[in-house]
Amino acid sequence: MKVTVCIGSSCHLKGSRQVVEEFQYLISENNLKEEVELGGTFCMGNCQKGVCVTVDGELYSVSPETAKGFFEENILAKLK
Amino acid sequence: MRKFDTKVQHLKYKVLREVAREAWNGTLTEHLLDIPKTIVPGNEPTMRCCVYKERAILGERVKIAMGGDKENPNVIEVIEIACDECPMGGYEVTDACRGCLAHRCEDVCRRGAITFDSQQKAHIDKTKCVECGQCAKVCPYSAIMDFKRPCVKSCKVGAISMTESKAASIDNDKCISCGACVYQCPFGAITDKSFILDAIEMLKNKEKVYAVIAPSISSQFRYAKLGQVITGIKTLGFHSVVEAALGADMVAYAESGELAEKGFLTSSCCPAFVSYVKGQFPELADNISHNLSPAATIAKYIKETDPDSKIVFIGPCTAKKMEFQKPEVRPYIDCVITFEELQALFDSRDLEIMEMEEDVLDNASYFGRIFARCGGLADAVAEGLKERGITDFDLKAVSCDGIEECRMALLKKSKNVLDANFIEGMACVGGCIGGAGCLTHGEKNKAEVDKYGKEAYEKTITDALSQLGKID
Repeated sequence: MKVTVCIGSSCHLKGSRQVVEEFQYLISENNLKEEVELGGTFCMGNCQKGVCVTVDGELYSVSPETAKGFFEENILAKLK
Repeated sequence: MRKFDTKVQHLKYKVLREVAREAWNGTLTEHLLDIPKTIVPGNEPTMRCCVYKERAILGERVKIAMGGDKENPNVIEVIEIACDECPMGGYEVTDACRGCLAHRCEDVCRRGAITFDSQQKAHIDKTKCVECGQCAKVCPYSAIMDFKRPCVKSCKVGAISMTESKAASIDNDKCISCGACVYQCPFGAITDKSFILDAIEMLKNKEKVYAVIAPSISSQFRYAKLGQVITGIKTLGFHSVVEAALGADMVAYAESGELAEKGFLTSSCCPAFVSYVKGQFPELADNISHNLSPAATIAKYIKETDPDSKIVFIGPCTAKKMEFQKPEVRPYIDCVITFEELQALFDSRDLEIMEMEEDVLDNASYFGRIFARCGGLADAVAEGLKERGITDFDLKAVSCDGIEECRMALLKKSKNVLDANFIEGMACVGGCIGGAGCLTHGEKNKAEVDKYGKEAYEKTITDALSQLGKID
């Protein structure tokens, strides 16, 4: 599974670093380093929806507050 | 609104703007020969002896705006017909000499080069004079002047000489493409080749073009807000704007580790400085940090995350135009333009950036951003050591701006008498904010860079890198 977090300026200011850090932590907690490929990209062209995250190409809007819940619902659940 | 330091820059800008305008319209080949007349339309000369010479020189400027002489590998080029063939006799006594009694010039000259004629007027014996300039300093009438060419005076690597026809000529083996002569020549006879057509081509083809912006942008485009400049860049068709300063954060982190491991390093950020070390102090070349420059580092990261992207670096630097053609950088940076050229691109599309909405630019930390001014790199490396928890390495940095300072530090190092273990080398005085491709150069620029640094969302290098998923 490929998870990409937008780290363009706008998403960065909305907390993309915290989202990346949360995902990194959860990936390692759940031993998913083999299954999940986490990456960054500069601008997905949806700045108003930041922090933009794509899971296998599908676009979502995440925030540092919702990152944990999002991970469980859209990443963890899909892998099980 | 004054946008440039000098009228030479303004003239160069007008040529770039017209070339860009025609290129956007797809009419450049058709209208190429009309551009000089568009810029100098009247019959009265305003710059040279006649409008025909003015237009002939503009024709040469058009060629350089289109990439210049492909046979010449140097990005810095002389426009021979624009060179005014300034006198280059060195120190000479002018008519202002009053034949005084004090003879301070004679007393201060250690070479005994000053003599006096029957009217007590001073003369300099050129066979004895070593051009130290002491006589000029002590003359109460400022009667002794240095008739050195501004280009020669500005070139601290001694790459400029005179051809048989007395025009300036650049020794490509010595030239480090810093652009000092470009900024200093009062006739605009030395200039940097432009790659704006390559940038326009990419944008017109609707490629996914990223602009990597140097942190010295904070001291530029002062008539507008930085956020408006970012909107302007995106309006030109760029997909996204990324701070080169984030690459600087990556470099600072890697370089501090490399430094602690090797014990001595010189920086590798400034391409002109790197060329200088390789050319003039080859024995120290192994000590140059193995990191790519910040711009190339962030460009590499972008290409890895988005392989279809094209990257245009926009900065203050003419040497970057040389750097991006090197085999180790070519895969990452596709084109380099200067702030001067960005201004021309804005105006070629009639973009009034002052009237635009403000976008945001925030990728790097304070430390990455202050790379733009002298001393910033050393501060960032110190921070890198701290954040890596390296406590058994005592950093002793020497920050050099301008080739003369770099030369002193390198000379000391080559003789093993340098009391430092890190040389931060910047070819331009003041660092990148003194770059030849800047629109304006001012004393306040350093303060602007620091202010911009403090505005960064991320306060540490580690936090800035954390978003990249690069640090575990």
